[in-house]
Amino acid sequence: MNALRSILLRRETGIAVMIVLFVIAVGIAKPRFLSLEYLRIILLLTPLIMIGAMGQMLVLVARHVDLSIGSTQAFAAMVTAMMFKFHPEIPWYLGFLVSIGVGLGLGFVNGALTTLFRLPSIIVTLGTLNLYRGLTFIISDARQVDRQYIPSALKAMSTTSPILGIPWIIFMALGVALLTYWFASHTRVGRQVFALGSNPAAAPLRGIRVNAITLMVFSISGALAGLSGIMYASRWGFVNPSNTGAGFEFQVIAAVVIGGVSINGGVGSVLGVVLGVLLLGCVSAALPLLGIPGTAQSAIYGAVIIVALLIDRSVRQRGIAALAAQRARA
Amino acid sequence: MAEAAADTPLIAARGISKSFAQIEVLRDVDLDLRRGEIHALLGENGAGKSTFAKILAGVHRPTRGTLKLNGEPVEIPNPIVAQRLGITLIHQEPISFPDLSVAENLVLGRTRGSPLGRVPWAQMTREARELMDLLGVRMDVTKPMRGLSIADQQMVEIARALASDSRLIIMDEPTAPLTPKEVDTLFAIARRLRDEGRTIVFISHRLEEVRALCDRVTVFRDGNKIATEEIGKLTDADIIRLMIGRPLREYMHKSRAEIGEVALKVENLTLPGTFRDVSFEVKKGEIVGLGGLVGAGRTDVARAIFGVAPATSGTVSINGRPVDIREPSQAIALGLAYVSEDRAVSGIFRTLSVEENITAAIPRKIAPGGIIRGALEKALASESVRKLRIRLASLRQPIGELSGGNQQKAILARWLLTDPSVLILDEPTRGIDIGVKAEFYEMIGELAAGGRAILLISSELPELLALCDRVLVMSEGRLTANIARADATQEAIMSAAVPRSTQAVAA
Amino acid sequence: MTDQTSTPTAVSALDAAPPRPRWQVILIRPETMTFVLLVLAFIVSSSISPYFLDINYILSSFTLYAEFSIVALVLTMVIIAGEIDLSPAANMALSACLFAWTYQATQSMPLAILVGLGAGIAMGAFNAVLVIGMQLPSIIVTIGTLTLYRGLAQIIAGDQSIRLPDYFIGINNDLWLGVPVPVIIFVVVTIALAFFLGATIWGRQIYQIGTNEVAAQHAGIRARRIKFMLFLAMGFASAVAGMMTASRLGSVRYDLGLGGELQMVLMAMLGGTYIFGGRGTILGTFLAAWLLSVISTGMLTAQWLPATQLCVLGLLLIISIVATNLIYSRTQR
Repeated sequence: MNALRSILLRRETGIAVMIVLFVIAVGIAKPRFLSLEYLRIILLLTPLIMIGAMGQMLVLVARHVDLSIGSTQAFAAMVTAMMFKFHPEIPWYLGFLVSIGVGLGLGFVNGALTTLFRLPSIIVTLGTLNLYRGLTFIISDARQVDRQYIPSALKAMSTTSPILGIPWIIFMALGVALLTYWFASHTRVGRQVFALGSNPAAAPLRGIRVNAITLMVFSISGALAGLSGIMYASRWGFVNPSNTGAGFEFQVIAAVVIGGVSINGGVGSVLGVVLGVLLLGCVSAALPLLGIPGTAQSAIYGAVIIVALLIDRSVRQRGIAALAAQRARA
Repeated sequence: MAEAAADTPLIAARGISKSFAQIEVLRDVDLDLRRGEIHALLGENGAGKSTFAKILAGVHRPTRGTLKLNGEPVEIPNPIVAQRLGITLIHQEPISFPDLSVAENLVLGRTRGSPLGRVPWAQMTREARELMDLLGVRMDVTKPMRGLSIADQQMVEIARALASDSRLIIMDEPTAPLTPKEVDTLFAIARRLRDEGRTIVFISHRLEEVRALCDRVTVFRDGNKIATEEIGKLTDADIIRLMIGRPLREYMHKSRAEIGEVALKVENLTLPGTFRDVSFEVKKGEIVGLGGLVGAGRTDVARAIFGVAPATSGTVSINGRPVDIREPSQAIALGLAYVSEDRAVSGIFRTLSVEENITAAIPRKIAPGGIIRGALEKALASESVRKLRIRLASLRQPIGELSGGNQQKAILARWLLTDPSVLILDEPTRGIDIGVKAEFYEMIGELAAGGRAILLISSELPELLALCDRVLVMSEGRLTANIARADATQEAIMSAAVPRSTQAVAA
Repeated sequence: MTDQTSTPTAVSALDAAPPRPRWQVILIRPETMTFVLLVLAFIVSSSISPYFLDINYILSSFTLYAEFSIVALVLTMVIIAGEIDLSPAANMALSACLFAWTYQATQSMPLAILVGLGAGIAMGAFNAVLVIGMQLPSIIVTIGTLTLYRGLAQIIAGDQSIRLPDYFIGINNDLWLGVPVPVIIFVVVTIALAFFLGATIWGRQIYQIGTNEVAAQHAGIRARRIKFMLFLAMGFASAVAGMMTASRLGSVRYDLGLGGELQMVLMAMLGGTYIFGGRGTILGTFLAAWLLSVISTGMLTAQWLPATQLCVLGLLLIISIVATNLIYSRTQR
């Protein structure tokens, strides 16, 4: 009974229920939504966000935030796409190394600025958001890299499927999620990220190297944004200096906070974030079907962030109230 | 490590001294801790017992002196080394990572290995369960720490100490937040650990508990070790005498002020979990002391009266009129002033000028109509500086550049400019050197003579005795004594301040 | 003044540190840095293009930045009080959209202006409720509202641009005594806010709240109320700036002022406002606004890509926080 209750009370259960209710509600209005075709649409909407969200989750758990991931995605994608354009002889799979490596570098810069000068990461990454975006324009001379330059093997990853008609990139996103789960829940350093976010003041007393961990989470976030960059090229077949990655950070932050990651650090689960991403995917897919213009998306992300903040607050307050009551009894 | 001969003390401290910013808080302490004993450290607030404990645990490093562990000289530069040497300090509010599970909190920082090394969840949980069973505590070790009671969090800390096979466990006032039943459990465990040959250092104010639990006691006073003795050889009266036995310094006695009507009246003030049923009154021209140990709820009562953290029930009356103060601005308007305990946190604006700091509470006076009159402000501030003899280079200097005593004077000046009828002073002379203290005493006397009602919260008994017309004493959230000047002695105050078992049960 | 003979204490060296020499106090002020940079920027850009020797050119090019600059002045006060607001650019877009939409629907300009201003204030109030009422961190809240407000603007305007009547268009070309009106508004707001922040008790209290909010509350300062008002002022200023932008552009789209939060934060930071609160001046932000305008116009004249400018701005933001942080940590002893 107790085990059942604790499962029901989990944040992840709440999100899952929300997804089911949402799907049923839309399905009643528009039965087409329940078709396999729509499942495919939903799934194709999610992989980029999923990958970005895994990095952002770690950053938020460590009590920071990374606003620059959209620009990081664009820059990494652009570098990779231009490499393909000017050096078509390079094998397409090396693009992954380049894109991830570039993202890692940019993320490292974020982490270094944050730790070295003890600055709030939000302001640092607001700066690098624009810096990296500007760099993307500069290296590309403000020109899009078109379809014909993107290797077709890379593009095929979004269209061909190893199994069940589900494209490769979805499996890749799932792979990243599984890796993140392993890292966050089953490695020492992963647990140290949670400890740091849970009580930064006490972390050094338990031998946790705060600066190293901070650098690491920003680097991971950058590397995953880089990975999402080459996947953008695969999914859409082009890289555009202004469209690629625009608003990506808000989608990702919305998915992460709705997935139950606390902005106060220390709390978050991969499962929750995956469900958060799926919920956003369902909403995005349902909008055009319901006749709501795609322009409403951004507002929904904003509302989602705020609602999630309020939920997070009420969860926290309930905890505090429970503690206070306990003390009053004692 | 090879075990030394059985009679070698576990810890042998010699000549341990510690200074903070040229103030010596611990002086040449020699102390042996034997294996398999529970050793109590007793003393007034600031006597040095906690500093000594923190030196053992690597939180502070001694300015002078040596430590030997099992006869071998050791250096303990930080808590992690202390842990490795088998020394664990359990804070009153235990260190915890509230979002991690109990089992993880037990393991964190103890195990070493590759950062990508696997976390052995199953083994970790099993070991945590075993430890908890060993301690006889029932809790779900897979649940997060958040939401555990303080008692359970302490148990986790003790389990940590066991897991790292600590030979010395220091408990700093562990029983203060516990219920009597939890205290019993803690004691049973402590005794068992002792019988296994571990050493436990127990810091507490509760004599009953010390008597019930400990084998030997060491009394600290003013940074000196006064005595170490078998507990059986001392009576309560002996211990209290050792704790307060310092000579009364030459404090200026207050000039007699004419005592008028009741200015501040507090009835049945209660804030659950912090203090309850506090009632007293302070008359015009009267200095009423509020004594007690740190954590007795004195500051909380002051904060409640002033509206910083209002009480949930009870009434406050100012000059005979019942008032409902929800925030400090209302209190100030009613003629209350509160010089708070922690100057750095709730007193000064460190980077702002002395002048601005002094005039912060009188916006209407310096800025009639909202616009600041520079000349007026300067005149008021420099008059205060002259009156209170604040030493500074310039009124425009950031207040952070002044010495602690002068910062405190500036804060007092801030409140005097509001012309309060009731003045609450919370540890006004803490961290201030003797000469400036004398000035403060003089000023407090003058303020009372001028017809103000003064509530003086202080942990320094001689200060209370010398200045106050009456002394109230709080213990564990309750008022336990109201002693007239004629009857006030250090013994009387101390015995009311030290919690006795009867109160411990009631709490 | 202090009576040396009556106190029996030995005065330690700590008792009264000597004050810094006045020149040093002035030199290490961040505004001085801003001013020096401004002069440098002028020299460099006039060597690139002789246009920069023409005051009219400088004034008219500033009209492009005047709207953000006005909001940045208010934002400076918010940051000094220890909070931040990243939503004003989105607020500009939404209030301008509502303004234009109301005009289109009713053809009544006064009503439209009322709606626009009211919307701006309401958005400020919404931020304030979340930050002060719910005690959520302003930095994350305003990231959320930034997305929300911009998104609502997108819903209202869609991908269309809403045209405005001719008489409303072109505030940037209106001159008064030879100076473009937006510049005049900016200067007037600067003077008003400099006076407010520097000479009134409320301005003083903003610094005190930002320096130590707990101490401010203990001293009877109504910190929450003041911060609430600041967020309302942010909303109001953003709405005004939004309508000024609408007038300059002649029509309103949802992407009005896109990315403006960077420029506003940058102006405050370049002007020496301390990111952790308690320090900063209106003068600094005023100078920084001109500095940014000269740099941006210079880059434009030098035919740098807009993107390069973005890059430079991002870099400047990071450099300016690092520099102000270093300056303040050095003067803090």
